[in-house]
Amino acid sequence: MNLEAIKSEIEANVPGCRLELVANPSPSGQHSLLLDGEHAVAVATYLRDAAGLRFDFCSNVTGIDWPGKEVSQTATARKIVDGLEQEVEEVGTTAIPGYLDVVYHLYSVEKKHGPLVLRMRTQDRHSGVHLPSLTPVWRSAELQEREVFDLFGVFFEGHPDLRRLLMWPGFVDHPMLKDYVDPDDYEYEPTAHDVVLRRVNQHRSEAGGR
Amino acid sequence: MEPRISGVDETLKNELSKQGILTTTLQELYNWGRTSSIWPLNFGLACCAIEMIATTMARYDLARFGAEVFRPSPRQADLMIVAGTVTKKMAPQVVRLYNQMPEPKYVISMGACAISGGPFKQGYNVLKGIDRYIPVDIYIAGCPPRPEALIDAFMELQKKIDAQQLTGENRPRHLSADQPSEFTVPRFGEHDLEPTRNPAIWKPPLVQIAQAGTDEFGSH
Repeated sequence: MNLEAIKSEIEANVPGCRLELVANPSPSGQHSLLLDGEHAVAVATYLRDAAGLRFDFCSNVTGIDWPGKEVSQTATARKIVDGLEQEVEEVGTTAIPGYLDVVYHLYSVEKKHGPLVLRMRTQDRHSGVHLPSLTPVWRSAELQEREVFDLFGVFFEGHPDLRRLLMWPGFVDHPMLKDYVDPDDYEYEPTAHDVVLRRVNQHRSEAGGR
Repeated sequence: MEPRISGVDETLKNELSKQGILTTTLQELYNWGRTSSIWPLNFGLACCAIEMIATTMARYDLARFGAEVFRPSPRQADLMIVAGTVTKKMAPQVVRLYNQMPEPKYVISMGACAISGGPFKQGYNVLKGIDRYIPVDIYIAGCPPRPEALIDAFMELQKKIDAQQLTGENRPRHLSADQPSEFTVPRFGEHDLEPTRNPAIWKPPLVQIAQAGTDEFGSH
């Protein structure tokens, strides 16, 4: 299974699609294909139906939260300082906006190959979170896309039944986002340590020493 | 002066029974009847339920304690075994089932999850113990507790029922008209269940937080 070969095969057969290889630097080296939302359903249908690929089984759908971060860079620039031209190092920070990833793991039962890892990426973490659903292509994604919607807040367009799965309908947060703050119910923690101890002390100080 | 319920002297009672005369009191008879046929509610929440089912089957045979009749309706049950993780989504239904059971009713909180949330305690969707909403009579530790532990809980519950007095200050809840038999069913809020606990039945025990993180000798 050569990902490069699959990528060029898809590009030849699904006109207009924009694919990107996302390399995995770990020893497992499970590189993935980043799909664009516009053509994702067409690409998924091709992967499922193409005679040589036949990815007929979507085993896993999950989400990843990438919060925005600031990267500091040092750049050298020539400037005139005290009448002399000098090389000055300037430290600038670039804000990299956050986004959510949705990851699909595909296998072929017929051809006995896999996994093929697909990704889709949202524009940001809270408002531009609409992606096409791949449930019409692989029915097994239905519950797992609901879970990703519940816990990460990704809206899957074209999903037949997009409701919350683990939390209730009136719940407003998405607990797997890294900036989720769980409710302050730290009134009784008999073996508190680390993060829990910090939350307990915070609860005590807010509740007036109790 | 407090009226004596078991008015018959124990030695006299023993002497009479040797002569073939049985003496008893209404309280003993009443408690004996309830002790010997506890009907649990037929429901389980997670893996503890598997151990609960094993307890009722041939190998452990809960029928020896008169508690083999698991009722599928709360209207016919005396005992709720909260067997497993109570998620926040499930908690209102558990409280509602408890409210629908007729008095006298008892609760066994089976396993770490039902006691405190257990291994899922800091999870976003797990209740930190069912005793925040309903009164619990017996707690069994374990993850999950073995069937022997559940049988032990039954025996403890039987002892507890046996010791209950029909009158007086310490009489159980169901014999006191001003005590509640139904408890607040929590609602689904935007961030958590509302209320997060029933303050009438659960108050956070005081923990010496200054000693948290230290062992019994006070060192880290």
